[in-house]
Amino acid sequence: MNGFFAFLRRDVRAALAIAYLALLVLVAVAAPWLSPYSPTAQNVNDMLAQPSAAHWLGTDDLGRDILSRLIHGAPATIYASFLAVGVAILLGVPVGLAAGYFGGWIDDVISRTIDTLLSFPAIVLAIAVTGALGIGLTNGMIAVGIVFAPQLARLARARTLVVRHELYVDAARCFGASTPHILWRHVLPNAIQPVIVQVTLLLAAALLAEASLSFLGLGVQPPHPSWGAMLARAYQAMDIAPEQMYPPGLAILFTALAFNALGESLRIALDPTLKR
Amino acid sequence: MAQGSALAMIGRRLLQAAPVIVLATFIVFGLLKLLPGDVAVTLAGDNATDDRIAEIRRIYGLDRPFLVQYGVWLWKAAHGDLSQSILSGEQVLTSIARCFPHTLLIVVMALGLALLIGVPLGAAAAARPNGLIDRATMTLASIGIAVPNFWLAMILVSLFALRWNIFPATGATAFSVSPADAINHAILPALALAAGGMAEVARQVRGSLLDVMSSQFVRTLRAKGLKTSTILWRHGLKNIAVNLLTVTGLLFNRLLAATVVVEAVFAIPGMGGLIVHAAIQRDFTVVQGVVFAMVIVVILVNLVTDMLCAAIDPRIGR
Repeated sequence: MNGFFAFLRRDVRAALAIAYLALLVLVAVAAPWLSPYSPTAQNVNDMLAQPSAAHWLGTDDLGRDILSRLIHGAPATIYASFLAVGVAILLGVPVGLAAGYFGGWIDDVISRTIDTLLSFPAIVLAIAVTGALGIGLTNGMIAVGIVFAPQLARLARARTLVVRHELYVDAARCFGASTPHILWRHVLPNAIQPVIVQVTLLLAAALLAEASLSFLGLGVQPPHPSWGAMLARAYQAMDIAPEQMYPPGLAILFTALAFNALGESLRIALDPTLKR
Repeated sequence: MAQGSALAMIGRRLLQAAPVIVLATFIVFGLLKLLPGDVAVTLAGDNATDDRIAEIRRIYGLDRPFLVQYGVWLWKAAHGDLSQSILSGEQVLTSIARCFPHTLLIVVMALGLALLIGVPLGAAAAARPNGLIDRATMTLASIGIAVPNFWLAMILVSLFALRWNIFPATGATAFSVSPADAINHAILPALALAAGGMAEVARQVRGSLLDVMSSQFVRTLRAKGLKTSTILWRHGLKNIAVNLLTVTGLLFNRLLAATVVVEAVFAIPGMGGLIVHAAIQRDFTVVQGVVFAMVIVVILVNLVTDMLCAAIDPRIGR
């Protein structure tokens, strides 16, 4: 824990990113109490209102409070990002560990599959899968997770190739430890660092994928708020109220920036060859 | 590179590509078949008799086992027949042939913009690490990677099309009909797409140039009294050509996927519109066909990139 705070003191960018993300999670959890209005309450007498004391960010084309929708969109965004990345971890890391640890034909088959899936256009597959499984955020993000998995598998495999020849792994084997035990207790903790960095960067990519799917009408469905869905709504009103697109767009941009900044800082902090 | 080895490389890569195409289409085909609801019932419409539904199943081969259906689809696809749309009845290949040029134009223009702006920016940043240009470029690069393309597209439309009327807000013209008009329509979508690509190119160019600039031969050039800018432009860029080419290939594929969403903002009748509408209406032959076409394009681009890399750098020739 002391190391963590030392890291934050050294790296202002990381500290800012973590503070922002912590605030975002807080807002997402406390959304029902924080938001001044219901995110779906329409008011036809107060449509496309400019920011005011009553509506800090104004109202949308159905008279709904934009700040409230922004706050209630945070849980959907966080859920989507973590779901996609969770799927990618659960699929990618074990496969990468297996490929790196067992080698031989298992590695050949897995590596070949990883290489080929890596060039697959993620959002296109997500769209195809959502069409098939039914429109909704969960299906789309599972598809995004499947497409992200090879990236984590490749990283886990590369590190495992190095770690499996370490003395402590040989020692564990000599003591008669089972393969799952060795993989779980000795290989995984030592192969996970590059994966952690990539996971942070993937959270940003998943966030952008969620926004895209919801914008296309394949993710979060109306009247439920999500930042992507809010942009879709703002698109409809673009010729009369172009300023509608800024609050959700900036929210997406800042959150993606925070995830990316954190990932970059972690990469530097965890890389032993980059000692200051 | 000898001609024989080039052909062998193409052959090997095409053989490696076959399983990817099968894997990708199988995944999509499988998922589309698992979906609840019977396509035949939908097609037959209201008040259809059981006989009519059975007849439709037979016509579309929906009464056969799943693997047979997939086998038939794959066999036909391998012969250039992607079947026809369930809803419109149009040949899927015809739809793709109509939509792909729009998408290709935007991707090519975005790629050109990304390289045109990204390479000089990255080189300028590498000339003075931690200088003003470097810091500004890297900040812009972080934003370029984090910004949603379609949101940038909306901002561009609201400013350049709706407020200032410089470019058209929506639609597309076929390049074959009027090249000038087609390019005019494609400028804003290409700009929106290029932002992320520009950032990626600038980052990569800066990174690989810094690697080159700290190498032994550059130290020799410096010792001979050459200026930094001369070393950078004459020797540096030549040495990062392979890296740049690889990035360009990857970027093409990424832009191809990203256009899908940006096209929606501009209502461009490209591959994006095709697959999104098909996905919403569950027109699975079209979805399947678009995925198939996209995977083929991605594989071809990777192949061409590798060939070019091998051609310009003799060390890669295998």
